[in-house]
Amino acid sequence: MLVVLAIVLAPIIGGLLSGIDRKITARLQGRFGPPILQPFYDVIKLFGKERFISNKVQIVWVITYLFFAMLSFVLFVLGQDLIAIIFVLTVGGGAMVMGALSIRSPYSQIGAQREIMQMLAYDPLLLIAIVGMYMVTGSFKVDDIVNYQITHNAPLLYTLPLVFLVMIEVLTIKMRKSPFDIAASHHGHQEIVRGVHTEFSGPYLALIEIAHWYELMLVLGLVAIFFASNVYIALALVAAAFILELIIDNVTARVTFRMMLKSAWVYGMIICLINLIALSFLK
Amino acid sequence: MSLLNTSRAKSPWVVHYDCGSCNGCDIEVLACLTPLYDVERFGILNIGNPKHADVLLVTGTVNPRNERVLRNVYEQMPEPKVVVAIGACACTGGIFADCYNVVQGVDKIIPVDVYVPGCAARPEVIIDGVVLGIQKFEEKAAKMNSGNVKK
Repeated sequence: MLVVLAIVLAPIIGGLLSGIDRKITARLQGRFGPPILQPFYDVIKLFGKERFISNKVQIVWVITYLFFAMLSFVLFVLGQDLIAIIFVLTVGGGAMVMGALSIRSPYSQIGAQREIMQMLAYDPLLLIAIVGMYMVTGSFKVDDIVNYQITHNAPLLYTLPLVFLVMIEVLTIKMRKSPFDIAASHHGHQEIVRGVHTEFSGPYLALIEIAHWYELMLVLGLVAIFFASNVYIALALVAAAFILELIIDNVTARVTFRMMLKSAWVYGMIICLINLIALSFLK
Repeated sequence: MSLLNTSRAKSPWVVHYDCGSCNGCDIEVLACLTPLYDVERFGILNIGNPKHADVLLVTGTVNPRNERVLRNVYEQMPEPKVVVAIGACACTGGIFADCYNVVQGVDKIIPVDVYVPGCAARPEVIIDGVVLGIQKFEEKAAKMNSGNVKK
């Protein structure tokens, strides 16, 4: 029952969120913006387009990507092991990269290499964040992490504030927002056309879009478990993180992949480790 | 089916190909994206990738050197698709029509659905042209489903 709800509701909420995203972005740029339901119109339209494929393998990789994105969100909703969830999420991202690499288009190839860089940037940070959660709660399972916070009335945000900051950066990379929109080149910056998505069209692009919605829901879920002791505060935290993301997206310029790796691996890691070291002293 | 047609009408993604325009029409095309006209209100996005696009906007005079590129961009777009020729040069060759190296109009190379006149075409007229093109999606889709797609 929970699984069905997760599979059905996640893309609906994710789609609405990306509609709100486009509306707020337009308002920040002094425009009126598209209707909130715009992402759904886009996806339905894409399903009605002619099927254009460069090779048959790319279909397999797109479906793999969607499947693993769904699986990672379902595992999260079922309260499973966070390490397994991150692993499944990474496999999904890897499938996307393989799909883009299977086509000999320079835009797709460069986009795929940049996507790998993005995965390299956020994966260690996510893992360290999870280690931090383990140090506090003594478990990698989402269920246990949530239960610990409810029984002790001790939100993770109080013990892991710096890790939460780094989670915001992970959110930016995973949502492919500026300054880290290097793989798919969002908005008007089209120097590599659409990066990893260049060679996918019609229904397959629609599947990628739906997979994004699942991923978005998963990452926002990871933000929510920082304040799992109170549902309303958790939702407010997610909303605040989401709006902060949009503002960051609109006020920053794109960075190179080197700057992204530096900000993630050097600054992100150091900030995370300071938090974890402080935690080990306080315990 | 009607939901699909509504979605088609509400989300036309645009790719813009400049065949060798003086940049007048190109600037007006980009002006449509600015806060003053904001075509994203209607779901129109400048997508920059023919494989994702529904509407091809062509500006400038076609010549024998770039007709191959134009045809290539057109053929990479999945059906249903609409071509809008923007400006006098794209419609007929404009004042350059008599030049030895100018093709008299985009429609000599690829099928054109909407002609937007003007030198340079105004942003309001370009938006009108795209809206006219959107109305053609339904018959194009019917043609696509019946299997006789004109290539």
